[in-house]
Order: sequence, then C-alpha cells, then structure tokens
Amino acid sequence: MATTFAFGKYTHAVVRAIPDTFGKKDGDKNEQGAELDLAKAQRQYGVYTGILRQKLGLQLIEIPADSGLPDSWRVEDIAIVQGDTALITRPWSASRRKEVDAVKKVLEELKLRIVEVTDQEATLDGSDVLFTGREFFVGLSSRTNHKGAEAVADTFRDFAVSTVSVHGSAHLKNFCSMAGSDTIVIGSSDGAKKALKMMEQLTDHHYEILTVPDDAAANCIYVKVGSNSNYLLHRSADECPESAAAFQKLPDYTLVPTACSEVSKLGGTLSSCSLLINRKLEL
Amino acid sequence: MTTEVGSETEVKKEPEQAEEQPQTQAETEQQPEQQLVDGKQEQSAHSTDLKQAEEEQNTQESPSTQQKDTTAASEQVSPAPQEGRAGVEKREEQPGSKGIARFLPPWLKKQKSQSHVEQKKSQMKEGETTENQIQEKEEKSPTQSPSKQQSIEKEGEEARKDTSVEEKEENLIQDHQQSKQEETKVDEKEEEKLSISSAETQPAKEDQKEDVVEKDSDVKVEDKKEEDTIQNTEVKTDRSIQKVPKKMKTFVCKVTLLDGTEYPCEVEKRAKGQVLFAKICEHLNLLEKDYFGLTYRDNADQKNWLDPAKEIKRQIRSLPWQFAFNVKFYPPDPSQLTEDITRYFLCLQLRQDIAVGRLPCSFVTHALLGSYTLQAELGDYDSEEHRHDYISEFQFAPTQTKELEDKVVELHKTHRGLTPAQAEALFLENAKKLSMYGVDLHHAKDSEGVDIMLGVCANGLLIYKDRLRINRFAWPKILKISYKRSNFYIKIRPGETEQFESTIGFKLPNHRSAKRLWKVCVEHHTFFRLVSPEQPPKAKFLTLGSKFRYSGRTQAQTRQASTLIDRPAPFFERTSSKRLSRSLDGVHHFTFPRSKSEGTGTKELKQLQAPAVSATEQILQQDFSAPAVSDLEVGFKDKEDGKEPGSPYKPTLSPESKSLEEEITTILLSKEGFSTASFAGAFTFPTKRAARGDNAKTATKAVSLAHYIESSKKAPSRTEEVHPDGRDLAESTEKLKSEMGREQEIDTQETMANEETTKMFTVSQRSESPSVAAKPAEGGEMKTQLREKKEETIVVRDVSTSSDSESEEEAEYRPQVARKDVDQIKEEPEENEHLPVRSLASTVHVEVKVPVEEKKELEEKIEKGGMLGEEVYCTTAEEREEPKVNGDVSHIDTDIVTQVICCSEPPVVKTEMVTISDAFASQKSEISTKEVPIVHTETKTITYEAAEVDGTGDSEPGVLMTAQTITSESVCTTTTTQITKTVKGGVSETRIEKRIVITGDADIDHDQALAQAIKEAKEQHPDMSVTRVVVHKETELTEEGDD
Repeated sequence: MATTFAFGKYTHAVVRAIPDTFGKKDGDKNEQGAELDLAKAQRQYGVYTGILRQKLGLQLIEIPADSGLPDSWRVEDIAIVQGDTALITRPWSASRRKEVDAVKKVLEELKLRIVEVTDQEATLDGSDVLFTGREFFVGLSSRTNHKGAEAVADTFRDFAVSTVSVHGSAHLKNFCSMAGSDTIVIGSSDGAKKALKMMEQLTDHHYEILTVPDDAAANCIYVKVGSNSNYLLHRSADECPESAAAFQKLPDYTLVPTACSEVSKLGGTLSSCSLLINRKLEL
Repeated sequence: MTTEVGSETEVKKEPEQAEEQPQTQAETEQQPEQQLVDGKQEQSAHSTDLKQAEEEQNTQESPSTQQKDTTAASEQVSPAPQEGRAGVEKREEQPGSKGIARFLPPWLKKQKSQSHVEQKKSQMKEGETTENQIQEKEEKSPTQSPSKQQSIEKEGEEARKDTSVEEKEENLIQDHQQSKQEETKVDEKEEEKLSISSAETQPAKEDQKEDVVEKDSDVKVEDKKEEDTIQNTEVKTDRSIQKVPKKMKTFVCKVTLLDGTEYPCEVEKRAKGQVLFAKICEHLNLLEKDYFGLTYRDNADQKNWLDPAKEIKRQIRSLPWQFAFNVKFYPPDPSQLTEDITRYFLCLQLRQDIAVGRLPCSFVTHALLGSYTLQAELGDYDSEEHRHDYISEFQFAPTQTKELEDKVVELHKTHRGLTPAQAEALFLENAKKLSMYGVDLHHAKDSEGVDIMLGVCANGLLIYKDRLRINRFAWPKILKISYKRSNFYIKIRPGETEQFESTIGFKLPNHRSAKRLWKVCVEHHTFFRLVSPEQPPKAKFLTLGSKFRYSGRTQAQTRQASTLIDRPAPFFERTSSKRLSRSLDGVHHFTFPRSKSEGTGTKELKQLQAPAVSATEQILQQDFSAPAVSDLEVGFKDKEDGKEPGSPYKPTLSPESKSLEEEITTILLSKEGFSTASFAGAFTFPTKRAARGDNAKTATKAVSLAHYIESSKKAPSRTEEVHPDGRDLAESTEKLKSEMGREQEIDTQETMANEETTKMFTVSQRSESPSVAAKPAEGGEMKTQLREKKEETIVVRDVSTSSDSESEEEAEYRPQVARKDVDQIKEEPEENEHLPVRSLASTVHVEVKVPVEEKKELEEKIEKGGMLGEEVYCTTAEEREEPKVNGDVSHIDTDIVTQVICCSEPPVVKTEMVTISDAFASQKSEISTKEVPIVHTETKTITYEAAEVDGTGDSEPGVLMTAQTITSESVCTTTTTQITKTVKGGVSETRIEKRIVITGDADIDHDQALAQAIKEAKEQHPDMSVTRVVVHKETELTEEGDD
C-alpha cells in the first residue's frame, strides 16, 4: 500500500560482511587515494551492525562475506525493498551481478515478493534509488539507466517514480537521503543542488530540506523505533566535521554518529551497507 | 393522434432533411425491412399521417428511394411513438390483440432504439429485448402505470388530443390485462416490436444528422415521466409551454453509467451537454456532480468530454449518441466529499480505472482495494455463502491471478463489520494515494520526438516517459497553455534564478488531440486552482481561437455548495460490480435505484443548484430547449441558437427552425518559404473566434486582448521551427511585454471609437438582415460586405453540417495572428471548429474595411505572427478582464461576435469589423427589438513597432512590390482575389488572398461550395500553399414553421 505512516519503520536489516578482498578489485576506485584499512573497515562494520541491532532493535541478517565478491558489502545496491516487495536489481557492474543470488535468497526467506529486473539493457544500482515514503526518485547516473528506472516504476506501481540526473560517478544517495518522512538531507555540491532542484520540481509533496556542507554527510539512515522515536545514523564529527552540527537542527531525534570512513573511500555510504526491511506490514 | 402533430413539424422541416439525408442514407438502408412492417401497420391506422409522412419521406429519402413509403410510415411512428404509437399499434394489433399490452412502453422502446441508432442491424435485436424488458417492468411495476397514464393525459392535453390520451389509457389497461395472456403470439409481437423499434430508430438517425422532427414534445414528456416523474412535472411545465407551440425533436442518448448499465435518456435535439448531464445526475440522485462529466468517443476512439455548455449535437456530430458517465475531476481528498453516494460513484470509476489498467497498482494494492470492494458490495465475508469462486466474477486488476484472488479473500475476511460506506471510504483513502490517481494521460512527443505521456492532474501537468515521471509543472508554474495545430505549448514561469519565461512545446498526434489536451488542462486548472471559473473571453474582439473555458463550478465552489446539501443520506443500491462483466445484463436495466428517492431528490437538487448554479446553468436547466447557444464558443454556431424567434423563454422552439449558416472564408495562399514551409499543404485556419458579445449591447472590452496579443507575440519566438529567424526569446519577450502594455491601452480606447463606427455598419446591414429573417427557411440571404478597399469577405452558408473534411485535421488556428491582422475574423465552431466548413450554423456578418495598403501589411504580420499558438489559456487571472456585458446572458444567447482587428502601424491601419447577427438571434431577451439585428463593431488600431510586428523576429516589415485585386462571380460565390507581393528580408513573398463569398439559401450545399472554392484556389495556384482559411458562417434561425 501506499503507506507513508510506516516510513522509517523496519524490522530487519540485511548486511554482508566485508571480505578480505575489500577494495582490491577494480570496479570501484579509491576516491581519496588513501590507503584502505581492511581491519578498520571491518571494525566499522562491526560497530555499524551493532548499532542496527542494539540501538535500532533490528533483526540482523548477515550474509557471509565472499572473497570472490569484493563489493558485496554494498547490499543496498542489490535490492530495493518497499513494503513487502523487493526488486532485485541488475547492477551496472557485471562482476557484481553474482551478488544478487545470496541477497535474493535471504529476501525470499523473508517472504518478500521478489521481482527481478528482466530487461537485459537495464542497469540499476540500489544506491541510485531514493524512497521518500511517498515516491521514488531514481538517479540516472553512470550506474543506473532509464531502463533500470523503469523497472522500479514497474515494480512499485503505487508510487510515482521520478528520474533525476546524477552527474559524476556517484550514486544518487551519495549526496542525499531521508532524515524523516518529510525531510531530505542534501549535500551542498552543485550536483546535489541540481538534483534537489529537480526533485523538488518533480514531486507533488513538500519536503523539508536539511542541507549539510558535505555530500558525504548527507547520507544518513533514518529509522523510526517504537511508535515515535526518530533515530538518525549520520557520519560522525570526525569524518564530517562541518556537517555534524547540522543534524542538531532536527528536533527530537536520537542522533547516532556512525563511522564508515573506510567504505566511503570506495564510494560507500552508511546506507549502502544495509538493506532495511519492514516485514510486519501494518496492513 | 399525436402523430399528426409530429408530421406537421416534419413536413416543415423537409428541406433540411432532404439535404441531410444523403448522409443518412447508410442508416436509412437499415430501415427498409423494419420500416416496411411498421409502415404497413401505421398506414392502415393513419392514412393522413402516412401521406404527410410519405411526402416528407420522399423528399428526404429520395436517395434511398426504395422505401419511401415504409420509411415515411416508420417515421411517423417514431414521432409519436409513445402515445399515439402505442395506441395505434395496439389498435391495429387488437384484431390479433395478444400482446398489445406490451406495446405500451413504446416510447421506452424508442429511446433505446434511437440510441442504438448506429448499430444498424444489431438494433433490431436490441430493440426487441429492450421492449421486452420494458414491458416486463411495466407489468411488474403497477405503480408506474398510473403515473404514465397521468403523464399521457397531460401530454394529451397539451397536445390537445384527447382521443389519443384515452386510447393510451385504454391501451395501458389492456396492456396490464393482457400482458401475460398470450404467449403463443409472442413471435408476432416481437415482430411488431421489431418493426416499431426500427421505425423509431430511423428517426433518431435522421435527427442526429439534422432536423428531423421525430418526436414531439409530447413524447418527451412521456418519457420523462416514466423515467422521472418528478422531473417531468417541472420539465413539462416548461416544455409544455414551449412544446405546444413548437415541437422539439428529441434524441435518445445512451449513457453508460459507472456501474456498467446503460441508461437511455432523451434530450432535445438542440440540448446542450448540461441538459443531458443534469438528467443523468438526477437519475443517479447525485448532487455533488461537479466532479463528473459525460464522455463520448470520437471516430478515433478517443475519449472526449462533452462540453456542457455546447450543444450535444454539435459535439458528437455524426457519432452515435452514446455517452459514458465518468469522473472528470478526481477529488484529491475523497473524504471531503459530502455524500456517500458521491464516493460510491467515485469508487465505481476507480474500480473501472483499475480494472482496465488506467490506474496502475501494485499487487498488494490490488488486493486491498479488491477486498474493500467485496466488503462494500457483499458485506462481511461468509465462509458458507462465499465460496471460493465468489470473487472470480469481480475484476480487481487488469490481469487477475489466483494469487491475487486469494489475497483479496484473505483481506476481505479482515474487514468484518465495515459498512459499505466505510469500506468505500477506505477504498478511496488508499486509492487516492496512488500516484496515477486522477491523472489524465495523453500521448505526445517531446521536442526531440521522443514518445512521452502528458498527465493532467489536480496539481498540474506531469510528463512521463514510459512509466517514469521525468518532469512536472505545477499549475502555479505555468503561465500559459496554448496549442497550435498538433502542438501543445506551456509557458513556464521563470525560476528564481531565471530571467525569462520559457515555453515548452509538445507534439500531439493530431490537432484534435492537442485541443483535447488543452481543454482538459484548462478545465483542471480552473477546477482545482481557481475559486471561481473564469469568464470565457466572450464578446471580446481579440479573442481568437478557442474561447473554451471551464464553465462549471470549481472545486471550491462545489465544496461550498456541498455544505448546503441538506438531505438525508439518499438510499442507493450498490449494484454489484459483477455487472461489469455481464454487460448484457446490465444494459437493459431500466429500473434504477433512483426511483426511491426521486421525488425528494430532484427537488432538492434543483433547490441546491439554484443558488450556486450560474445563471446560465439555470436557464439551461429550465429551458432545455434553449437552442443551443454555445456560450463558450463564441463561434458561429452560437448564432444559430441564438436566434430565437422571439420570446426569451421559448428559445427552444426556435432551435428547430432552420439555421442558415454563412461562412466567410478567406484563403491565403502564400508562396514563400519561410513560415509556410512546415505547413505546406495544410490549411491553416487562423481561427479567430469572433467573440460574441451578447447582444452587442455592450461594447466589447479589450479584456483578453493583452493576453492574446501576448501569446501571439510570444508564441512565435518560442517555436523554433516556426520562426527560424526568430530572435532570442529574451528579446522578443521583452519587447512583447512592453508592447503588450501599449496595445492594451490602445485597444480599449479604440474600441470605444470603433463601436460607433460599427453601429454605422450595423445599420446598413440591418436593412438586409430583416429580409433574411423573413426568409429564414430559405436560408438567409447572405450578405457579404466587401469593403471598398478590396477586402473580400466570403460568406458561405452552410445548411448542412459540415463534413469533417480532412482539411480540418490539418487546420491550423492562428487566432493570435489574426488579431494582429486586420480582417480576419474567425469564429471557430467549437470543436469541429477547426474547420470552417464543419461548423454548423452561425451567423456572422463581418465587415472589414481596410485600406489596401494597410491590408497588405496586415497580411504580412499575420504570417509572421501566424505560427503561434492557437489557443491560449493563461493561468494568471490578471490577464483577463471581464466584460461586464450581461455576462450570463451572453452565455445563453448567441449572438454577435465582435472582433477587433489590429492594424499595424507603421502605417496605421484602421480595421473595423462588424458582426451582425441575425435579427432573430439578436433578439433574445436582451434586445427589445427583434427585428433589429444587433451589431457589434469593434475597431482597433494598434501600432506595432516594426520589430514587434514581425513577431517572428523579422524586423523588416517587407516592401510591397505589387498588389492587385481581382473579382469574379459565379452563381453563388463571389471571389475576390488580392495578390500582394512583398519583399521581406530578401525573401520575396507572394501572397494571395481570396475572399470567397458563398451566398445561398438552404438549397445550396455550402460545404461543397466552400470545398470547391478552396479546391479551385489551390488549383489555380498549384505552386503555392494554403496558409490559412478563414470561414465565417452565418446562419439564420428561423422559426419552426420555416423548417
């Protein structure tokens, strides 16, 4: 259903452990040119999953790492889940398409309605899909094309699915995310501003906008815990010093600084490391 | 019997019919068999009638020849089907008096049969079934019979045919008695029925095409009574008065309701859409009706909204009188609807939308909505009663799987305890969240030729590519909506950082679809965004193009009105949605839930409406007959209607009267490349619709001028194709704006002055008009007024409906352009309108005086400007002023349209246009003098700067090389040819303007004459392209008798 009231409510989180081959495959570039610290990445991953489980109370489903799939920790790219429907994507990177199997299996176990992208011309990374609770925005990026966006529209027919151009190699959610059912967090780069402008034009709704200086900080995880507790996982002040303060503007939120500096070197974000699922539909 | 009455009228109308007949032939062919039977029967019964009928028929049906007699008979039958017929037939049958009783409902039969009109052979069967049903119903419902009798009596009185009444009563009685007596003779009866139905059918067909008087007022009355007793009384009173003197022809409209049933509804031939709509709403007991509308399918199977303000007949033309009742404006928040019954109909619409895939849903939503549907229609889930296949009769999704059905059932079980109204409310709460809820999609291509969909909704315009939303323009962002030919344009308000407006163009499949989209946009914007509807740009001179505006209540108004609803929740029966799948069953349901609440419901309705309803509506409701004057459309058509014989209240009567239509056509041929290139081969009609003021009393205001001008000017710059040479948008825009300001001022001033001049013209014309009026039957005499200065006006009278010529599709409106130009006055008939030829009657005399030189310049301007949008709708209210003219009245009346001509100034040109409506037309309530034609004259002088003048961006006015005028005459046409050669910007342009005046009476096929004229023009100048055709039609309405 077009249930907006349940936005942010989740029961499960699907994650995948960081393999030893973390960052060693081509595909993803090390954005900052910095050295990758596998151990640190795995530590951060551990903290991350701990937050999901303990702070947010989600049931964690962890898919074992697969060293043959160095990017497999980015489970967000592999599926788009809304309600009880999961769209299994067709990642742009052919090498990542094998990641689908394990994720699909988990989602099937969760009794989700599984839909797969059948169009062989479609490419779709889940990180390019922003669900606001009312509608979808699909970033047309270097990774996601029009056909991929169509798959989203075909799958989630109740919702408007709008396309937003994303410039550069980043995914849509590299510079934006939801910080509440009506709030979009957006970075300050030109690309982010353009995309936001487009989204504002495309939507029938009015969203509150929370602008943060860093694009990286704009990717958060919003979870509603219990009946009325808003949790927001955001980049820590250490990682995004200029942006941390901005989150203080959110009233009545429990802010949870979360580190993901290592994965972010590969273009990863907080949200890209998990798939959040609400299996107890209110309807 | 009643038949006689009908026959008389018919006779009168012969001439018209005769003309129209050719079209009808196909239909008539059907008649032979059936008619024969009828004819025989009736002939025996009424010899006199037959004669008359025959006469008529012969003339009319000469084309079909063979069945003249039969046809005649059949026609007669049809005219008085209700009473007289029933009686007659019964008598005849009485010898075999078996199922005579069954015939009682003949009128009912008629209705259906008529509706079937175009379904030629199938009709027979349907007719039978229909009749049977009817009979059954009657039999079953004893209560109805009394009412019928009464009604009959009334009719009889009205008709002054007591005998018929008595007979009828007798018949009724007999019917009841006999009804179940003899089944053996069923066959015979059926045959009879068939024959009857066929006969009836014919008339309907004829009616569609033209004025065949088939049904007397009496008939109508009866029908109504049966259907709605309450309504009838009121209606009758009105009608009875009107009817007695003049008999209205009626048509049976088949309206497919949201529950899938078909409801036959009879309306007068000239009735406007709102009449039918009001009847349907009454039938449905629906008060919050502003969210709904009637649709019909055109030849391309495209859904069109029936414009309530226009005559039905003109909108559907030759299409079957088949409509569907649909939700037009989907309320964004259905919970704000006042009545459950309204929500119920909305639910039905949405179920339909979902079932056909128009409203896409996810699996879960399909299941949930389906479960609410079950709860609403079946109540709580009952494991015993509801076996597992109980839902397979419902359609919850375009493709329904077992899985879905299981899910539906599962959810249905959880809704225990919900009342139907609650279930529907929940249904709507979920449905309204769907992203495509209330989105009306139109196929289009973007500027790059990519297939997209344009979705019109409450919030604005959505652009889809495949299923993806790729853009969205909220209403506040849209400054103007226009279309030109098959192009649709929206002008976007500049963003915060932008300095200039931008215009986005879309390519629609054809002109009609572009106009359809435009209208839908105008309506949605008005309904959802405005507090009150805008006045259509009536009576203003500058109104070019479609004057269409949404004339109903806005959402705000309807909500307000809804608060006044003070009736107990009406009882209504929720027909099972199953019916959708059993279409056959549904079709014949005569009994509607409404009967229960009819009485009160109706009254309440009227009361309710009265306050809120615009004057126009009220009037319309009361006089159906009001000859369809299309208010909105200022175009020619209105005039027909407008001419009412005399009393303001009996407009209805006149409708039947003939209308003469005159068309003034201006054909511009141009041989140059620049602007024409893309249009080559196509006719461009600068359609200006002359604005019709009401009876020209008030001077027209320059209201919309500014805005139109604006649009025209801007338009050019926008369209790249059109104006290759165009300057930068920015420049042009700026200039335009500045200029606009000026123009407006100028216009107003001049308008005043012009009026005076107009009057003068008027006088001269008036002298003529009287004569015309006098001979309405013949077709008025057309007068073309050629202005000294080599202007030619072509007046074509079309009696016949126009054929939709192909040219129409190609036709282009350049209303805006026209404005600039001096003389082109164009009136568009509404929808047809694009083609000059098509439009039916309208009477307009246009005079233009233009000094030759000036004219040339004007033409140039025209061309340049021409490519712009045809019809413009500005979302900003500011742009329009409202004419103070009896606003409401104006709507109702037809009348004269005044147009203003703008002259360009480097040389200042004065153009004056005078529009004269027929004396009759003008008469309406407003004008005391009947005979005096009212003339609206408006003169405008506009000074354009050179740069501006060339909206295109051509700054060069062009140099006039040569100019010559040639005049030739033939039997009924006068052709004046003006050849102008100019050099613009190095491009030599030869422009030939032909003014062809076709004058004639009803006997002349104006369409043909026009077509011929155009053809000749083309042939004469094979190397040139027709860039514009302006047609003015003048029609005179005569009184019935004349027909």
